[in-house]
Amino acid sequence: MIPVLLILLPLLTGLVTFFIKDEKTARSWALLASIATLAVSLLGLTVMNDATHLAHKAQWLQTIGSSFSVKVDGMGQLLCLLTAISFPLIFLSTWHSNYKKANNFFALMLLGQAGLMGVFVAMDALLFYFFWELALIPMYFLASQWGGEKRIKATFKFFIYTFVGSVLMLIGILYLQSKTPDHSFALQSFYNLSLPKGTQNWVFWLFFVAFAIKMPVWPFHTWQPDAYEQSPTATTMVLSGIMVKMGLLGVIRWLMPVLPVASYQNGDMVMSMAVVGIVYASLIAIRSDDIKRLIAYSSIAHIGLMCMALFAENKSGMQGVMIQMFNHGINIIGLWIMVEVIERQYGTRKLSELGGLAQKAPVMAIFFVIVALANIALPLTNAFAGEFLMFNSLLSAKTSYLYAILFTVFAGLGIILAAVYTLNMIRKIFFGELTALTANAQDIKLNEKLVMGIIVILVFWFGVYPQALLNITDELSQVLVNKMEISHLLRKQ
Amino acid sequence: MQNALQIVYLIPLLPLIGFLINGLGRKHLSKSLIGLIGSGVILASFVLSIWVFLQVKGGNTHIAHYFNFIKVGDLTIPFAFQIDQLSSVFLLIITGVGFLIHVYSTSYMHEEKTEHFGRYFAYLNLFVFSMLLLVMGANYVILFIGWEGVGLCSYLLIGYWFKKPEYNKAANKAFIMNRIGDLAFLIAIFWIITRAGSVNFNDVFAVAKGEVEFRAFKPVDITVVTLLLFIGATGKSAQIPLYTWLPDAMAGPTPVSALIHAATMVTAGIYMIARSNILYSMSAVTMNVVAYVGLATALLAATIALKQNDIKKVLAYSTVSQLGFMFLALGTGNYVAAVFHVMTHAFFKALLFLGSGSVIHAMGGEQDIRNMGGLSKKLTITYVTFLIGCIAISGIPPFSGFFSKDAILLSAFEHNKILYGIALFTAMLTAFYMFRLLFITFSGKFRGTQEQEHHLHESPAAITIPLIILAVLSIVGGFVGVPEALLHGGDRLGEFLAPVIAPAKHASPVSHNTEYGLMALSSILVIIMIIFAWFKFRNYRRSEATGFGKVLENKWYVDELYDKIIVNPLHKFGGFLKSVIEKSVIDGLVNGVGKAVNYGSRQLRLLQSGQAGSYVLLMVLSMLLVFVVQFFLRK
Amino acid sequence: MPINYYIFLSIALFAIGIVGVLTRRNAIIIFMCIELMLNAVNLLLVAFSKMHHAANAAVNATAGSDGQLFVFFIMVVAAAEVSVGLAIIVMMYRNIHSVDVNFLNRLKH
Repeated sequence: MIPVLLILLPLLTGLVTFFIKDEKTARSWALLASIATLAVSLLGLTVMNDATHLAHKAQWLQTIGSSFSVKVDGMGQLLCLLTAISFPLIFLSTWHSNYKKANNFFALMLLGQAGLMGVFVAMDALLFYFFWELALIPMYFLASQWGGEKRIKATFKFFIYTFVGSVLMLIGILYLQSKTPDHSFALQSFYNLSLPKGTQNWVFWLFFVAFAIKMPVWPFHTWQPDAYEQSPTATTMVLSGIMVKMGLLGVIRWLMPVLPVASYQNGDMVMSMAVVGIVYASLIAIRSDDIKRLIAYSSIAHIGLMCMALFAENKSGMQGVMIQMFNHGINIIGLWIMVEVIERQYGTRKLSELGGLAQKAPVMAIFFVIVALANIALPLTNAFAGEFLMFNSLLSAKTSYLYAILFTVFAGLGIILAAVYTLNMIRKIFFGELTALTANAQDIKLNEKLVMGIIVILVFWFGVYPQALLNITDELSQVLVNKMEISHLLRKQ
Repeated sequence: MQNALQIVYLIPLLPLIGFLINGLGRKHLSKSLIGLIGSGVILASFVLSIWVFLQVKGGNTHIAHYFNFIKVGDLTIPFAFQIDQLSSVFLLIITGVGFLIHVYSTSYMHEEKTEHFGRYFAYLNLFVFSMLLLVMGANYVILFIGWEGVGLCSYLLIGYWFKKPEYNKAANKAFIMNRIGDLAFLIAIFWIITRAGSVNFNDVFAVAKGEVEFRAFKPVDITVVTLLLFIGATGKSAQIPLYTWLPDAMAGPTPVSALIHAATMVTAGIYMIARSNILYSMSAVTMNVVAYVGLATALLAATIALKQNDIKKVLAYSTVSQLGFMFLALGTGNYVAAVFHVMTHAFFKALLFLGSGSVIHAMGGEQDIRNMGGLSKKLTITYVTFLIGCIAISGIPPFSGFFSKDAILLSAFEHNKILYGIALFTAMLTAFYMFRLLFITFSGKFRGTQEQEHHLHESPAAITIPLIILAVLSIVGGFVGVPEALLHGGDRLGEFLAPVIAPAKHASPVSHNTEYGLMALSSILVIIMIIFAWFKFRNYRRSEATGFGKVLENKWYVDELYDKIIVNPLHKFGGFLKSVIEKSVIDGLVNGVGKAVNYGSRQLRLLQSGQAGSYVLLMVLSMLLVFVVQFFLRK
Repeated sequence: MPINYYIFLSIALFAIGIVGVLTRRNAIIIFMCIELMLNAVNLLLVAFSKMHHAANAAVNATAGSDGQLFVFFIMVVAAAEVSVGLAIIVMMYRNIHSVDVNFLNRLKH
């Protein structure tokens, strides 16, 4: 019931939006629709938080072993909540942005939301793949129609990149389906597979490349800064706040428990890639002059850490990643909102052309500083608990002791470098003397204050009491970790 | 009376409330109300701290457990406060000295706009809140929250005057240097978790003592953990190699410097090591490292302080040097002496900073002592209190600094004679540079502009009263730790802290006569240095530093060295990654695939000549090929 | 008559058709050659069908009839093709006053 609503509500309202010609009406309609979705998601967390409401199964392509099976599990709860919270925030914060053919814009946004929701709740591989593509296509149109100057090239790259990944994943899914005894796409059948080591290995890479492109993990990341830079900011928020979580979710739900042996064996490799990515992206972020690119690279570093913590294969890491997916989404959307405001007001995203804004726009400065510091995981902000748990997992990762230490230390460099680029960014935007562009700056408007206020409340709420999130994912992460208990899996082989 | 321990949460909560009120209401409240709220909440915390202290003195310690901050699997990190002897002493120092600094600030910052005045007090309150969290936390994670919190607050306050780019750079530097230490601290916490399965102080120490089944620290674990914690402490407490942020932190308003240097922030490292004394005592390697790093820092900073001309920079380097002394005490196993010195240092360093603030205030923002001189006539109270501070820091009996420094020197003497020698030399340097500062500033002729001379005046009561209180404390503060040799049962601080800090083990106990000798020796040497300084700087005339003096004036070129070997290469490497690796290698590869496909299709396109005949020919040929393969080649 | 004769005849017809298609440029002749190839196949189908029926008549009275059905199909399709194809050729002649297929290379551009 809940998951079906979560998908249908944005899907149907999105389709309706195509036919609303008036811009203002379309905008309000989209906002209302997204708030309704948020309400459903909250219902699922509170009143209707039981198995009967959170799962739904219907017949769909029975002949090839696929069914419309959706369920909201712990991770699904968090990610659906993130998606549901994000869209109203995005719509509200971009209330004053002008789009040509606004109805199409909002319709595509809502369709994207439906796809994302579907990805997060699908318990059937074919369904998962279906929604995976459904989420991608609206994003492609959004970026290519409403994006910046070089949007065609950037979105083309983005599309080809992710599409290559999708195709590889499709091959993997079909192969796994052919190996299940009942020729079924159901998640549970995939979980019951125990493939020989060699097979697991190559199937692992089919899936992993798809997810790695989506996350993105170094060196599959080059689509991302271009796409973030060129997309309209509302789309960038969706891409970086929510969409990258599809890759992580894929690894958590569709890769590691399905191919535990290969996940264990390739863990070192993946972690090495991720740790290189952390340092690499952070160093580039330090040298970036464009705020959007800077945040894009910082996002690569953060996602790299999450990817590492997953392959540490312990509960601390699993829990850390799950709550971090939520918190990172909130923080980065907050950052993008601020970037959007800056770009809209001053027409530039170049750090070198900004400065002294704290004098003219103190409220904006405060909000920006809070979310920026939350993004670098200062204690008592939401990201701290997640990063703490993830780093903790690295040191006790299921790898050799030396590697664990090296991974922890080098990933830790990311913490320091993150402080460097974040503080530099704050300094160059807000402090120092005013520049020609910022001399007549104004502070943020009421709608932006409202949105940022909500984000800041979330930042501190989950910063002081992260256990609220941890409780949601506790059960699921335990199940998954048990599934990956590699020692007895290896003995069975 | 039992309920004082039930409401300990109010101690950090009150400053937090003050922060919120001042922060949110900074545009609507009046300056006096802001000052009242800002100082009032700290005063309330101070009163509560006294109450708590009395309870603890009566033998009541308490761990207040509020909620589970993080609980994952077997790992539980409670949000809990631990009130015992050590934390209660620090509570008194933080809230007491902190309160005086707040009162002082109401006058010192009065010329700021109301909005910024509110912001300033909000930051101050937040600073005290973080520090209280740090000392009250019952486990390493809560400690770490406070630890990063003070780092954040120092960042905000150092960059308080945000229009000046160099101030913001100093703020960034402070935060980043601290983060380096914080990383080590974090790794230490994770290491502890892997071994002890808990972060609560009591659990960790129990495991370290071997009182818990199935869990143990190996000696190497202890060494690694303690070393990592120590690296964390070098960041926060400004030791080699991470000390360079502290002198730059002078960019903040002067009361902030007082707060950072005396009551909060830099003492965090000392507190943390004193708190973990059980772990440290188990690793001889770490102890040696701590002692030598401390001593080296003390000496290095003292030499730099000799040649600084900014009144606050001299004090900053003296703080680094005094912190070095404290680490020396920790490294030689005399944790009580370190805590003792933290306390006395809080008094006289707060006094000195606030005094220097009073001078700067009178001079209209001038900080260069070369432009001062002869201020003793106009600023009498400031002069007298500053003199008291200098005497205290130099360690002349019976001022407070004497007792704490003597305890440290004695501990070094018992440990190793060479350590003692260098420490004594550093103590002499301390006396020299402090009195150099005093004489250049207050004696001789006035060297500033006419206008400045015209404006010279003693500061208002809100500034002088804290100075007087701190001066009194600097005089009498040492009497809580009179050495056994002078007064039987005089070391009341040591006795009080005994439940948390095992009394120092005396490697080779010295006789009382030797102790008297050492005291006399250090006192006489210090007095000689002061007289020397008197002759040299009584009538100071400006002169350019040359040769070695120039090296000292430029702080041994450490900042430049760091820039050259760490900052610049990283910056260049980042640029290289951005413009070469990212653009040409990775993206080149990706685009290369695209280009290859493009090229291939352009070549294949040529087949489509448009000649129907050629299409048919190709079709026939390919059919033939299929037939051949199908019927002759495939088996 | 042995089946081989039919096979050789239809191969010969088919080859003539192919060569015609490949070498001639006149669209109508190419068209006729295609027809020739189709009919070569038809002939073969009928021949095989007859042979099949002869071999299996005892078991199944209708054996081999599907081959002849196919022939009808091909004829129908060929008829349709002729009507469309000739129409194209007529159009072509109207437009470029020639039925030379080598003029039809505009698709290239």
